[in-house]
Amino acid sequence: MNKAIVAAVTVRVLRQLRRDRRTAAMLLVLPCVLITLLWWVYDGQELVFDRVGAPLLAVFPFIVMFLVTSVTTLSERTSGTLERLLAMPMGKLDFLAGYALAFGAVAIVQGLLTTSLALFVLGLDVAGPAWVLAAVAMLDGVLGTTLGLFVSAFARTEFQAVQFMPAFVLPQLLVCGLLLPRDQLPDALRVASDLLPLSYAVDAMQQVSMHAEWTTDLGRDVVVLVGFIGGALLLGAATLRRRTP
Amino acid sequence: MQDLVVVRGRRTVLPGLSCTLRRGAITGLLGPSGCGKSTLIRSIVGVQQVDSGRVEVLGQPAGSATLRSQIGYVTQEASVYDNLSVRDNVAFFSRVLGVPVSDEDRVIEQVGLADHGGSLAGQLSGGQRSRVSLAVALLGEPPLLVLDEPTVGLDPVLRVELWRLFADLAAAGATILVSSHAMDEAARCDDLILMRSGEILAAGTPAQLCDAAGAQDIESVFLKLVRARGEAA
Repeated sequence: MNKAIVAAVTVRVLRQLRRDRRTAAMLLVLPCVLITLLWWVYDGQELVFDRVGAPLLAVFPFIVMFLVTSVTTLSERTSGTLERLLAMPMGKLDFLAGYALAFGAVAIVQGLLTTSLALFVLGLDVAGPAWVLAAVAMLDGVLGTTLGLFVSAFARTEFQAVQFMPAFVLPQLLVCGLLLPRDQLPDALRVASDLLPLSYAVDAMQQVSMHAEWTTDLGRDVVVLVGFIGGALLLGAATLRRRTP
Repeated sequence: MQDLVVVRGRRTVLPGLSCTLRRGAITGLLGPSGCGKSTLIRSIVGVQQVDSGRVEVLGQPAGSATLRSQIGYVTQEASVYDNLSVRDNVAFFSRVLGVPVSDEDRVIEQVGLADHGGSLAGQLSGGQRSRVSLAVALLGEPPLLVLDEPTVGLDPVLRVELWRLFADLAAAGATILVSSHAMDEAARCDDLILMRSGEILAAGTPAQLCDAAGAQDIESVFLKLVRARGEAA
């Protein structure tokens, strides 16, 4: 990988985001609005808010980052700029790493904002340390980014890219353990949920909210999440073709 | 280039082309839209999946990693970022190519956009956007410039200026391939390749082509060649 090229891509993507106020707001403000709305829904039922608040801190950044990244990279494919870049001395991983770093930086800011809001303003009560909660939220945002980078290869238009949201994310949401603990799911669904990344994201948040100390389950979740992030990046690189039909 | 065959989907776009470009010359690739010009150009740049045949560029097989910094490529659609300014667009690509920062002002100047450096590419007119795309291709003074319809939709004054720029670059040693569907641009090229339906009708200097066909201008040459083929078939 070429550090200068990765940095150039990162700076450019962030610069584009700065110009695009609406997307920037969607990335940073929307998750905060959603978590506030959740708090309001459970007004007077702090225990329920404590139970679902942390897992949803994993889900919101995941969904938002997934959506924005898949559409952004797709427009790079359709506008011809990707073809131009790949005709230049740019490595496929340089391109993806540049994107992952830019949106990863956004995910970090987003994770800090939403967790601080939830913990210090809305009074979310978690057993584990705040920094772990924030770190896992960021990891989930980065996961959404890398999966968005990957699936954008399978869409031809922005409209198709948006369709991945209900097709790819909502089923994960149903079986990730948010509605029903995963060990109570029917066997086939439990196996399916074992294979899906969002299950580990939600489980990690549940671990943080229930246990004051670092648990082996939390460790496993983090390792799996990092594995999914790396895997999605490599698969994403495999979908980039210098020569196209 | 030898026996180049490209099949896209079920359609054979290029059934087997052979041609050569003269170094330091402007070669015009002329033909109606849909005749395979862009596919030929993409094959030279190395972004087209090729079914068979051999394309050699500057002594290397097309698509080689070492060629990537030596070809300036302008696609038909302006491939630039609409939500970045002209200067930010050029600056990004110059960093990817690793060319000196001083080059950025030079190329913006060369395409006549010095007054629009701060404008967003998406707010420019179509002609201006394609010039931003051209500016990016000029970064690093590549020895080969491959331009797919760079003068479409430009006002005549600008067109003349761009052709003067191409002539200057060629005089400085660059090899330039320009595609166009406007036959009147033929006169500005050193060499011509006339294409129709994926085949090369004729290649040579404008004077050679006119003499051979006994015609006054390239448009008539083109018509005569097409008719001759029709009769032969």
